[in-house]
Amino acid sequence: MAKVTFLTDLCKGCGLCVNACPKHILAIAKDRINKKGYSPAVMASQDECIGCAFCATMCPDCIITVEK
Amino acid sequence: MAEKTERVLMKGNEAIAEAAIRAGCRHYFGYPITPQTEIAAYMAKKMPKIGGVFLQAESEIASINMVYGAAAAGMRVMTSSSSPGISLKSEGLSYIAGSDVPAFVVNVQRGGPGLGGIQPSQSDYFQATKGGGHGDYRMIVLAPASVQEMASLTVKGFNLADKYLMTTMILADGTIGQMMEPITFEDVQVEAYDKPWALTGTKGQRKHNIVNSLYLKSDELERKNFERYARYKVVEENEVLYEEYGMEDAEICVVAFGIAARVAKNAVAAARKEGVKAGLIRPITLWPFPKKVLRQAADQVKAFVSVELNMGQMIEDVRLATECRKPVSLCNRAGGMIPSPGQVLDSIREAQKGVC
Amino acid sequence: MAVVFQKPKSLTDAVLHYCPGCPHGIIHRLVAEAIDSLGIEGEAIGVAPVGCAVMAYDYFACDMIEAAHGRAPATATGIKRCRPDNIVFTYQGDGDLASIGMAETVHAAARNENITVIFVNNAIYGMTGGQMAPTSLPGQVTQTSPYGRDVAHCGWPIKVCEMLAALEGPEYVARVAVNNVKNVKAAGKAIQKAFQNQMDKKGFSLIEVVSACPTNWGMTPQKALEWVESDMLPYYPLGVYKDRTAAKEGEAK
Repeated sequence: MAKVTFLTDLCKGCGLCVNACPKHILAIAKDRINKKGYSPAVMASQDECIGCAFCATMCPDCIITVEK
Repeated sequence: MAEKTERVLMKGNEAIAEAAIRAGCRHYFGYPITPQTEIAAYMAKKMPKIGGVFLQAESEIASINMVYGAAAAGMRVMTSSSSPGISLKSEGLSYIAGSDVPAFVVNVQRGGPGLGGIQPSQSDYFQATKGGGHGDYRMIVLAPASVQEMASLTVKGFNLADKYLMTTMILADGTIGQMMEPITFEDVQVEAYDKPWALTGTKGQRKHNIVNSLYLKSDELERKNFERYARYKVVEENEVLYEEYGMEDAEICVVAFGIAARVAKNAVAAARKEGVKAGLIRPITLWPFPKKVLRQAADQVKAFVSVELNMGQMIEDVRLATECRKPVSLCNRAGGMIPSPGQVLDSIREAQKGVC
Repeated sequence: MAVVFQKPKSLTDAVLHYCPGCPHGIIHRLVAEAIDSLGIEGEAIGVAPVGCAVMAYDYFACDMIEAAHGRAPATATGIKRCRPDNIVFTYQGDGDLASIGMAETVHAAARNENITVIFVNNAIYGMTGGQMAPTSLPGQVTQTSPYGRDVAHCGWPIKVCEMLAALEGPEYVARVAVNNVKNVKAAGKAIQKAFQNQMDKKGFSLIEVVSACPTNWGMTPQKALEWVESDMLPYYPLGVYKDRTAAKEGEAK
């Protein structure tokens, strides 16, 4: 059981977290834009998260918190 | 019976170094250049013995940026150089000004431009008083005319730098740097100022301090500049220093600073002996420039003579200060040459003739 | 559930101004994590460069100073010589450290100045809009090498770690990268060691971090990280180029 939280409004939608995720459960929400005007990264399938924090390791904006 | 005050025979450059140590300076960063290297040599010998730091940097550029770091860390710190080296330090002087940290810098001038020569000169007057580095800023510029003043103005320079958070520059020349005179250190008064802005590490006790000269928002940068110039205004009002000699009844006013003023003083005395009412105003602070006393003199005298070891730099400030109310002539030598009292006396006579 | 990953305390809440996918943010975090884990935030004094990381003074929660272009090692020297018990680090890009500031870099290393230098090599001038850097690769297209870097015309890229390792002075010189999770973790360890060395008064430590500039390379962030692997790392091999303490221990054995 693990949980990933994004500070969505600070996300720049670079997608590095999406590529880093070994479970392929992150995605860029193409249908949304945040306060900064970017389509942010979102968790598509929280149940499958293993809490490896690879996403947070690659996030250049330090907006991901991982709990396990 | 022991003398009350100890008099010591020192070179001008050494007097600066010893006075700096007595003023609480424990950090010196420099790079060798003639004719001021005695300052570095003195510091290299003394600093390690009193728990201070002497470091010979890889360049003048590096040394002024070491000064910037040390000043930001809240320390009394100095560097010294001569004309070409001061050009290299000008970038750092601009950053120090833009970051509002105090620094003490010595320029023992030599002739220029370019590599120039190694003989005494005053041709960095513009550079010292009007900038040198980029941007709107000022430095307090002190011009000693004796070895005693090399020492006294050094102590004063450190105090002023801390008081107004700006660079104080000693603008000396190769003559005063190299000559020896007996001096005392009895007037050393070290003033202490709080430095809450200094980089000390937060120790987890306060928000982080930032020492910085970058302001990308124009309104913020403008505000910073206006604030800085308000502080400069206080300096202009309170810190002007000058010496007057024979000005009570003077008709011809000689204006000269540093070593040129010593030559000029002899010429003024000689002129008075032959009945020409000459006087001398010697600016000690070149910035702030003694404008008021010169403006007052303009109502009294018939003409001014600016005596300089350059092609005529301070003369512009004399004309501005006197609002061109009276003629101002130039008596100068350049390239390391020094005018004789006779040459200055001739200029005084010329000025007298010109207005008769 | 326990928090296993969060923003380090040594970063402020200021929003990073970097372009999307710019690894500067990762490297900032690694520096802040090292400061946090060594418990030195209250002692740390950072020196920001001129270049993209110029505003690093807003991002690190410790005392900070903004240096003139290339002069960070000199400014850091001034601070460290005044406050030897503080932990002083510089954060510099390739133009700052390896072009205009090369003299300051080499001499701080030669003096074994007890400071930590974080050197971000992304082979381009980012802040000014993508000009050729001292570390731009042969053939690399930039705004000022529009036909590709011609080494016959403007010379070869400088391999900073290899060059500094040839000096007697420095304690520790290593090259790391931030193009994937494994490399980011290794980079974090190297950066922490560079700070630990300073705490142990061992002297000059420089960590070259091979990074990317998606915007000025004209690539997506992910593609840029792949280009680091395919083009940058063959020219700039990762590894420890000098570790005086390890070398001495090796001799002792």
